[in-house]
Amino acid sequence: MALSKEQIAQRIAQELEDGFYVNLGIGIPTLVANYVPEGIEVILQSENGMLGMGQFPNKGKADADLINAGKQTVTILPGGSFFDSAASFAMIRGGHVDLTVLGAFEVTDQGDIASWKIPGKMVKGMGGAMDLVASAKNIIVAMQHTSRDGQSKLLKECTLPLTGVKCVKKIVSDLAVIEITDEGFLLLERAPGVSIDQIKAATEGRLIVRGEVPEMVL
Amino acid sequence: MNKVVKDAREAIKGIEDGMTLMVGGFGLSGIPENCISALVESGVKDLTCISNNAGVDDFGLGLLLQKHQIKKMISSYVGENAEFERQLLNGELEVELIPQGTLAERCRAGGAGIPAFFVPAGFGTEVAEGKEVREYNGKPHLLETGLTADYAIVKAWKGDTHGNLIYRYTANNFNQPMATAGKITIAEVEELVEAGELDPMQIHTPGIYVQRIFKGTNYEKRIERLTEK
Repeated sequence: MALSKEQIAQRIAQELEDGFYVNLGIGIPTLVANYVPEGIEVILQSENGMLGMGQFPNKGKADADLINAGKQTVTILPGGSFFDSAASFAMIRGGHVDLTVLGAFEVTDQGDIASWKIPGKMVKGMGGAMDLVASAKNIIVAMQHTSRDGQSKLLKECTLPLTGVKCVKKIVSDLAVIEITDEGFLLLERAPGVSIDQIKAATEGRLIVRGEVPEMVL
Repeated sequence: MNKVVKDAREAIKGIEDGMTLMVGGFGLSGIPENCISALVESGVKDLTCISNNAGVDDFGLGLLLQKHQIKKMISSYVGENAEFERQLLNGELEVELIPQGTLAERCRAGGAGIPAFFVPAGFGTEVAEGKEVREYNGKPHLLETGLTADYAIVKAWKGDTHGNLIYRYTANNFNQPMATAGKITIAEVEELVEAGELDPMQIHTPGIYVQRIFKGTNYEKRIERLTEK
């Protein structure tokens, strides 16, 4: 069975380590915050200028001056801090953020990513995605393995405008956990009940299968 | 050193057709609501606006877009505004999209007298078109330039008569770097106090950057995506 969005987030949360500073993108990545394993502390960075981002506010407690990068009202945790946008991207560009999790339309077996623009449709802008992928030490992409009509989104070359080149380190899709290596997509884990053949069929880029590939444990 | 002006109408005096403005805020958070209203009322047009976002249809810079007062937007993300989309697709509006961190740094650099600098963001993408590429630490970087504006318009929480500013929570965002990069910087604040009343250790924007300051009124502080537990 392919993973739900929540399960993709749950699997990505297993990659978190105690003491990590983490930037979570909009969509599935945001859900990762709900599955931080017990006993470890991670600090969330929001690129509009906050470290220590907390949960959504209680009813009636929302503050227009306290939002996340998706413009949702949020809260700040004890030990958090606020800063301006230039300082925020200085910490991103400077490599101080340990992990970035973001969504994508397409990823290649070289680690190129397309995530911001679909020509002919609305161009919304790249926001902070290009800055994040160009500088993060570790980038995990949360995505669907194929489009609704079954086309692979794990490709040899992106068909859509790029967000960054040779930057993605790992993909957690609804079908698999994949590491990007010099040789291509290395299959690390399968979604429960999903076969290697199913993953091969859904992957256009070079897929490397080495020995037994375990199922994910969620 | 009293920089206080009466209101938004007085603060925006001198802003003329065709000028370049920096406008602070992220989404609708920390936007200079009073000055935007005064600009709409003034009818000034053909503006180039450097702002991370373009507001929503009926608030923020969306109000200036509605009246066709903006010729060009320089932003990182403009996805919340249907009128913007319509004008863009009809060729009524120019837009230059810049990665958000590069945009913030270009404002900071402009204010700091740094004409150009190298960043990795955008290498290998359409953002890199026409830009010089240089390798540092084994990684390709793009040459980006500092930005300045005829006027920078920012919104702060508290300010004093010398123009010292303190921002509230994430409403700081682009206000702080943009405040440094205006030939004239206008600050509107929720609370305006006498010099000496703000704790000098808490100032985000020192008054040297600010030429005009006033106490704004009737802040709506609209929330773009109200999200509660």
